[in-house]
Amino acid sequence: MTATATPPAAPPRAPHGTPDAKRSRPRRQTGRHLFLAGVSLLWLIPLLWAMYTSLRPYEDTAANGYLSWPRSLSLQNFSDAWAQSGLVHFFWNSVLVTVPAVLGTLFFSAAVAFYVSRFDFRWNIALLMLFTAGNLLPAQVLITPLYRLYLQWNLPGFLSDSYLLYNSYWGIIAIHIAYQCGFCTFVLSNYMKTIPKEITEAALVDGAPVWRQFFQIVLPLCRPAFAALATLESIWIYNDFFWPLVLIETGDKRPVTSALASLQGEYFTNPNLIAAGALMTAIPTLIVYFALQRQFISGLTIGSGK
Amino acid sequence: MTSTLEAPEEPVTPAARRSPARPGRPRRLSLRDRLFLGVIVGVPLLALLIFVWLPALASFALSFTSWDGISLSDVDWIGWENYSEIFTNYPPFWPAVQHNVIWLLFTALLPTPFGIFLAYQLDRKIRFTRIYQTAIFLPMVLSLAVVGLIWEIIYNPDNGLLNGIIGAVSPGTHIDWLSDPDLNLWAVLVASAWRHTGYIMILYLAGLKGFDPALKEAAALDGANGRQTFLRVVFPALKPVNIVILVVTAMESLRAFDIVYVLGGGIGSKPGMELLSLLITDNIVGETSHIGYGSAIAVIMLLVSLTAICTFLVQNFRKDKEEE
Repeated sequence: MTATATPPAAPPRAPHGTPDAKRSRPRRQTGRHLFLAGVSLLWLIPLLWAMYTSLRPYEDTAANGYLSWPRSLSLQNFSDAWAQSGLVHFFWNSVLVTVPAVLGTLFFSAAVAFYVSRFDFRWNIALLMLFTAGNLLPAQVLITPLYRLYLQWNLPGFLSDSYLLYNSYWGIIAIHIAYQCGFCTFVLSNYMKTIPKEITEAALVDGAPVWRQFFQIVLPLCRPAFAALATLESIWIYNDFFWPLVLIETGDKRPVTSALASLQGEYFTNPNLIAAGALMTAIPTLIVYFALQRQFISGLTIGSGK
Repeated sequence: MTSTLEAPEEPVTPAARRSPARPGRPRRLSLRDRLFLGVIVGVPLLALLIFVWLPALASFALSFTSWDGISLSDVDWIGWENYSEIFTNYPPFWPAVQHNVIWLLFTALLPTPFGIFLAYQLDRKIRFTRIYQTAIFLPMVLSLAVVGLIWEIIYNPDNGLLNGIIGAVSPGTHIDWLSDPDLNLWAVLVASAWRHTGYIMILYLAGLKGFDPALKEAAALDGANGRQTFLRVVFPALKPVNIVILVVTAMESLRAFDIVYVLGGGIGSKPGMELLSLLITDNIVGETSHIGYGSAIAVIMLLVSLTAICTFLVQNFRKDKEEE
C-alpha cells in the first residue's frame, strides 16, 4: 500500500512544492468555505421551509399561500400537535422499543464480531456472511412468513397482553435485533481486527478466560465504534415504521413515527400542524446525534487505518 | 452498556512472554470458554435464523404457491406459474425493474461521488467543519414522516415551494411533480439524493479520519496536486470504505421503498414510480392478497441483491484473508 505512494521524489520539485502550497492556501480556503456553506444552506432549505411552515398559523397560509410574508409567527402549532395527538404516549412506545433494541443489537453483534474476528474457526467467514447478508435482505421478503410466525408464537401474559408475539413490544425488539445485528457485526468485526492480537494473546497466556477478554479488554476498546453504531442504530430503529405497521395491531402500541401517519390522516387539512408534529418527532434523534457527534465520526473508522 | 465498563488500558505484554505457538490459533479453549462463546454467539445466531432466514426461505417456498394469505389449508402449489406470469403477463414488472436500474445508476453517479467529494473537502483542516457536516448529514437523522412531509410541501403543485420559485403558479402552468409519470421518479430521486449524500459523506469522512496522513504528505512532496493525491493515493488506499459504500449504494437502490411509499401516497404504486419493493407490498399487503405473486417478486429481488452483495462480500473477505 505505502510502497506505491512513496517513491523517492524527484529532488528539485520537493522543496518547491511546499511553500507554493502554503502561499495559495488562504485563498483556496475561502473558496472551499463558500462552496461548503453553499451546499450546507442548500441542504438545509427543505428543513427550514418546513420549520417556517410550522411556525405560521393555518389561517394565514390558507389565505395568503405558503410563499408569502408571515403576518405572525408562533409556536401554537407545536403545542396543538402535542396536545391533540397524545404524542407523549407514542414517544414512550418508541423508547420502550428503541432502547432495548439498540442495546441488544450492540451487545450481540459485539459478541459475534468478537468470535469472528478474534478466533480462527473454520466457519468464521460463513458466519459473518450469514449475518451481513441477513441485514441486506429486503424487509418485504420477510413480512408474510414473519407475520404468520408472530401469530403462532405464544408468550406468557406478563410479557405480552396479547399472549402472542404479534402485537407485542418484544416482537418488534426481536426483529430489530435479528435484522440489525448484521450491519453492526460487519462494522465491529472490521474494527476489532484492528485491535492487535497481542493484547488478547497476552491475556490468554495469563490465563484470563474468554469472557474476561471480551468484557474487560475488547468491549472497552470498541467504545468509539459503539458510539457511532449507537447513533446510527438509534436513528434507524426509532425512525422505522415498517415493522410496527405489520406486526402491531392496535394503534396505541405503535411508535411515534407510525402514529404520526395517522395524525396525518386525521388532520390532513392542516399541513402546518402536521409539520409541527413531524418536526417534534425528530427531536430525540437530533439529541442522540448531537450528544454522540464527537465520537460518531471517529468511531465509524471502519478499520481503514490499519 | 459500554459506559458501565471501566476501560483498563491493558499493557501489551512484552514479546518475550508470548507463547511460541502461532498467533491467532485457537489454543485449547476450556469448556467454560467454549460454553460462553456458544451462548453469546448462539443466541443472536438463533434469532437471525428464526426471524430472518427462516422467513426468507418460507417466502421462497410461498413463491411457488397461490395463496390468499388467510388460511394455511388454502395453499395451492402451482410450481413456476407465478414466475412465468410475472415475466410475461404483469405490466408493472418491467417498468419496476427499469426504475430500480435508473435508481441505482442515478445514486451511484450523482449523490455517491458528491458525498465522497464533500467528505474529502471536509477532511482538510478547516474551521466550521462540524457545522457543514451536521447540515449535510441532518436529513439522515430525520424520520420518514418528516422527510415525506418536507418534500410534500416543496412539490405541492398549488402552493409548494418549488412551483413558487420557478413561477409555475398561475392556473394551467402548475407542474404536478409527484403525479406526472415522466417527472415523479426524478422528483423522488432528488429527495433520496438529499438523504443519501450525507450518509455517504459521513461514511467516507470516517474512512478518511483513519487514513495515514504520512501518505498524503508523501504525495504532496512528490508534487501531486489535490486531485492526483485523491485519485492516485487516497482513493485506492481506502478500499475497505469504498466497498462498504458500494454495498450501501447498491442495497439502498435495490430496496428503495420508504421515500417512494410516502411521496407516492402510501400503498399502491403510481405510474412512473413502480419499484420492485412497492410491487411486493402491493401484492402482499393490498386488499386482494396474492401472497404467492408477491413472494415470487420478492425472491427475484432477493436473488438480484444477493448476487450483488455476495460478489462484494466474497471479494472483501478474500482480501482480508490474504492480508492476515
